[in-house]
Amino acid sequence: MAKITYIEHDGTEHVVDVKNGLTVMEGAVKNNIPGIDADCGGACACATCHVYVDEAWREKTGSTSAMEDSMLDFAENVEPNSRLSCQIKVTDALDGLIVRMPESQH
Amino acid sequence: MSQSDAHVVILGAGHAGGTAAALLRQYGHTGLITMVGEEPIPPYQRPPLSKAWLKGEADADSLALKPLEFYGEQNIDFRPNLKAVKLARSDKTVTLSDGSIVSYDVLIIATGMRPIRLPIEGADLEGVLTLRSAADAEVIKAALGPGKRLAIIGGGYIGLEVAASARALGAEAVIIEREPRILARSACEALSNFFHGYHLSRGVEFVLGAGVEAFVGEGGKVTGVRLADGRVIECDVVLLGVGAVPNDEIAREAGLECARGIVVDLEARTADPSVFAIGDVTHRPLPHYGRMFGPESVPSALEQAKQAASAITGRAAPTPEVPWNWSDQYDLKLQIAGLPFDADKILLRGDPASGKFAVFHLKGDQVQSVEAINSPPEFMMGKQLIANRKSVDPAKLADPSVSMKEVAV
Ligand SMILES: Cc1cc2nc3c(=O)[nH]c(=O)nc-3n(C[C@H](O)[C@H](O)[C@H](O)COP(=O)(O)OP(=O)(O)OC[C@H]3O[C@@H](n4cnc5c(N)ncnc54)[C@H](O)[C@@H]3O)c2cc1C
Ligand code: FES
Repeated sequence: MAKITYIEHDGTEHVVDVKNGLTVMEGAVKNNIPGIDADCGGACACATCHVYVDEAWREKTGSTSAMEDSMLDFAENVEPNSRLSCQIKVTDALDGLIVRMPESQH
Repeated sequence: MSQSDAHVVILGAGHAGGTAAALLRQYGHTGLITMVGEEPIPPYQRPPLSKAWLKGEADADSLALKPLEFYGEQNIDFRPNLKAVKLARSDKTVTLSDGSIVSYDVLIIATGMRPIRLPIEGADLEGVLTLRSAADAEVIKAALGPGKRLAIIGGGYIGLEVAASARALGAEAVIIEREPRILARSACEALSNFFHGYHLSRGVEFVLGAGVEAFVGEGGKVTGVRLADGRVIECDVVLLGVGAVPNDEIAREAGLECARGIVVDLEARTADPSVFAIGDVTHRPLPHYGRMFGPESVPSALEQAKQAASAITGRAAPTPEVPWNWSDQYDLKLQIAGLPFDADKILLRGDPASGKFAVFHLKGDQVQSVEAINSPPEFMMGKQLIANRKSVDPAKLADPSVSMKEVAV
């Protein structure tokens, strides 16, 4: 279980507990948090689950796969700390994670 | 115009209906929401049923759009195991299968599609299956495994995905297709050939150009498929993957215009201002192509759920999306953007033999659609090119050494 803070583009914060094994994307969708669309349900096919990982957490969230990298390369408003949240699995090590959402997912 | 206290009734608790209910609350709707669904469980995602879930890589929790508690917490009256049987628009009521009557201020029809069952001899034998629901998927999974032989009627995406999953589960799979090639209706020849070869190399058998005449069985259970030329393909179980039809009967009977599905506008509204329809049950406009189409995809269901929830809560309509879709088979990721309407040229980028390539369908120098195999840049950029109606340089597009960022002129 990890407490994750999701921050919408307008600054609205949502703090929720997410079960281990779910992804950061699933944590948002199952709690009805706006700002993560996740059209493909986690198949790494849509890039509509884009988040910015808080600097302090970049290492702990692991590295990107080649597929995720090339999806992000063509997403909008990508920053060095951009990730597809469906590709980050939640573990105890992510307790306290903070992610921010881009202005839009399309 | 917003009616924040309107009673919204949603018929069909699937991907579109479930999303619309959640979005209505996200967008601030305070009125009652009733969601009626024929299935016993809350809304879930179907795509994994032929892919990750079937292979045992996802569980019921991850299929569910939201946990069951969500509906209670959000004051959404979710009513499972109930079918809507009649719509009376003049008094704004819906009759349910238990005889109860529900009144609405605003109605959203989200009843999806059902698979076509072939009207031939033996179609009701045990083991002749279709795949639409989680319950269907349970039955199929239980019938697959080492030593089992699955015959799939129809070489479309669902059939191919199930074939790949069946192989992963150690079962044999044979695809029987009426056309001379698989994916004949939905993909170009290069893609058909590629998938054919890929599945062959993983042990899937194909019987192409073959009409299915009957299913044969023993003791009420299917044992084979009899073809028009008299051959019998032996099997333990059959999956029908020959297409689906919209569940639009209640709308038709209520006098709403239907084509192949309920006709709606860009707000997902029918000609009756109190009745919306979303998802696979609709026949909807595609602004990028200036025509109407039946969607059959999750992104389309989500877009229309946004349209209806926006219209009901008085929000601006979402920007029209380029239709898109995906499929996972073995280690292949297929991403399709757009539809190949009116295309006059097909262009290959990359080498199919490398397992990484894309097929572009062009109309003049504009991209109408792209099918990208293990090629996210081609998909992502292709989708943007379709959205912006940008012209491309076909020579650059056909040259994989030129970055996708440089193909627009
Ligand atoms: C195996 C499979 C794989 C797929 N893979 C992909 C994919 O990879 N990518 C993709 O984009 N799409 C895919 N799809 C399509 C996608 O699942 C659909 O486009 C999507 O589910 C449409 O949502 P919907 O809400 O319109 O319909 P559904 O999700 O089917 O929901 C309709 C619901 O309404 C219920 N219902 C019907 N009639 C009534 C009634 N009269 N009263 C009450 N309830 C009723 C049904 O039982 C059902 O629960 C796949 C579909 C299947 C079956
Ligand atoms: S949910 Fe589609 S890429 Fe993450």
